[in-house]
Amino acid sequence: MSQEKSKVVALMSNDISTDIIYPGRFMATVLPTETPQYCFADMTELNKRLKNKEIPPNSVIVAGANFGCGSSREQAVSTIKGHELIIVAKGFARIFLQNSVNLGLKTVVCPTIEASEGDELEILPDKVVNVTRGKSFPIEPLPKARQAIVDAGGLIAYTRKRLLEKMGNK
Amino acid sequence: MAMTLVEKILAKATGQPSVKAGDVLEPQVDLAMSHENAALVINQFSEIYKDTGIPLKVWDASKIAIIFDHRVPAESSKTATNQKRIRDFVGKQGITKFHDIRGDEGGICHQVLPENGYVLPGSVIVGTDSHTTSHGALGTFAFGIGATEMASVWTLGTVLNVEVPGTIKVNVNGKFPDQVYPKDLILYLIGKLTAEGANFKVLEFHGETIKNMSTSGRLTLSNMSVEAGATSGIVPPDEETLLYLKEEAGIDFKCELLKPDLDAKYDQVIEIDVSKLSPQIACPHTVDNVKSINEVMNIKVNQIVIGSCTNGRLDDLEVAAKILKGKKVAKGVRMLVFPASWRIYREALKVGYIADLMDAGAVIMNSNCGCCLGVHQGALADGDVSLSTTNRNFKGRQGNPNSEVYLCSAAVAAASAITGIITDPRGIN
Ligand code: SF4
Repeated sequence: MSQEKSKVVALMSNDISTDIIYPGRFMATVLPTETPQYCFADMTELNKRLKNKEIPPNSVIVAGANFGCGSSREQAVSTIKGHELIIVAKGFARIFLQNSVNLGLKTVVCPTIEASEGDELEILPDKVVNVTRGKSFPIEPLPKARQAIVDAGGLIAYTRKRLLEKMGNK
Repeated sequence: MAMTLVEKILAKATGQPSVKAGDVLEPQVDLAMSHENAALVINQFSEIYKDTGIPLKVWDASKIAIIFDHRVPAESSKTATNQKRIRDFVGKQGITKFHDIRGDEGGICHQVLPENGYVLPGSVIVGTDSHTTSHGALGTFAFGIGATEMASVWTLGTVLNVEVPGTIKVNVNGKFPDQVYPKDLILYLIGKLTAEGANFKVLEFHGETIKNMSTSGRLTLSNMSVEAGATSGIVPPDEETLLYLKEEAGIDFKCELLKPDLDAKYDQVIEIDVSKLSPQIACPHTVDNVKSINEVMNIKVNQIVIGSCTNGRLDDLEVAAKILKGKKVAKGVRMLVFPASWRIYREALKVGYIADLMDAGAVIMNSNCGCCLGVHQGALADGDVSLSTTNRNFKGRQGNPNSEVYLCSAAVAAASAITGIITDPRGIN
C-alpha cells in the first residue's frame, strides 16, 4: 500500500451504486482502456475533472458504507482503476470488493474514517492517518482469502500460475 | 457438525465431511453463467492464457451457459459486435447451453436457466450477474462474480478462495392477504435489513409461507436477496422444487435433497408474519427505502414496467391481466410489459393475458431485460416517475439520473396503471 500522502478529492455517501460509478448505458464498452472516460458519468463535475486529468493518480475518494453495491459489472472497477484512484470507504459491497481485489484497484476498508475534501491522508498497512486533522483511523484487513490474490498481483496472474501448474508446465 | 444449507453444499462441492462459516475453500462449479458481458470474460480468459503456449480451452463446455438478454435485440453496433464475438467463441468452444436472440428459447438469464433444467438442487452456480442469487430458489448456492473471476472459473472449473459465508435464517409464517405477494415480503425484509444488512451473508428462507410458495415466488425472494447485500438467498429444496423441475424443466431429479441441519448455527434469526403485511414500495433512490403503500399513495407516475427476472413470470402477468381486464391504462401513462422468457410470453398468449394487457393499452415488449438497467427501450424523460416490478431503483438505473424509480409488485403496478397514481391494489375491483 502506498505510503505517500494522498489528497481527498471527493466525499461520497453510503450506498454508492455501480449505476453511479459506471452507468448501465455504457456497459457495451468493456476495454479497460476505454472505460475510464465514463467514470462517475452522471456526476458530471467529477467526471469532467477526471477526464481533464485534473485529478492526479493516488488521489482518494472517501465514501460511506456499502460502496459499489448493485451490479457485478467489472467496468465499475476498471473505470476507477484507470484513473488510479484509491477508495477509502466505511465498507464495500461484496462483488465490488472482490472485483477490486481481482483487478488490483486499491480499496481500503476504514469503518471510522473522518475526512473532508482537500484533507491529506497517509495510508499505512493498518491505519489511515488524516494528516490534516492529526487523527488516525484503523483499517480492517482484507479477508485472508483475498489477500492471496493481491499478493499474486491480481487474479489473472494468480489463475495463470494455477493453469500452468495444472498443465504440468511449471 | 451441524451445518447450514450452504455449508452442506460447499462441503459436497469440496469433498469434505463438513465445513463452517469462515473456512476458505475452492469449490467445484456446476454451472457458470454469463450474458452479454461474456465479451469481457472472453478478453480476460485470453489474457490468462497469454504467453503460456496452452491452447485456449474452457474447462468444461457443457457447464457454461451464455444467455443474451441485456440488450436484445442489439441497441447499437457495439453491442451487436460483442454478441457476434461471443457467438463465434461459443461455436469454437462447443458451448451448448447458449440462448441466442430467438423466440423459441430466449429470455432473461435468470428465467432461462431454471426453465431449462440447468439449475439443480445442491449445486454451485456462479454468474457474471449480481442477481445470480435467484437460483438459490431451487436450493443451490448461487452467487454473482465479476468477469475476471468468471475467466478464472472457465480456466480451472473452481472458484478460487471462497470464504464460507455466515447465514441469516428467515422464518416466514402466515398467509398472504389478498393482493400481497412474495415481492412485498422481500421488499419488507430488505427495508428491515437495510441494503448492507446481509453483506457477505446468506439468507436462508424457512417457514410455512415458504413451504406453500411456488418456485416463481421463491425466485423473487432469492433474486432480491442481493439487494440486502446477501451473497446468496436460498430456499431448502422440497416437493415443490421437484414438481417444478418435473413440470417446467422435464427433469426427474433423483439425487438426495440437501437440507440444513436443525441445529445449524445461524448468525441471526428473523421472524416474519405475512398475514398483516400490506403492499410495499421501495422509494427512490435506494432499494431499502421501503414504505408501506399507504405512505406513498397518490404519487403520479409516467411509466409502469412489469417484467424482469424479479417479476416477469406467468403469475405476475396473470395478476396484472386480471386487474387490467376490461379496464384502460390511464391517459398519459406508458405501460411496458417484458415477459421474463419467450416461453412465458407464449403461455401468456395462450391463456389470453397478453390480449387483456394489450386491450388495456399496455405495450408488450420482447422478452429481455429492457429498461430494467436503462440501456435501451423505455427511456425516461427528465422528471419522469417510473413504477416498476424490477429490482433496483438506484439513481440513473433506468437510464436517466433525473428520473425516479419506485419498485413494487405486479398488482400495485397494474392497479396504478389504471389510475396513473400509485394505487393500493386492494381497493381495486
Ligand atoms: S432483468 Fe434486470 S436485474 Fe434481471 S438480469 Fe436483466 S438487468 Fe439484471
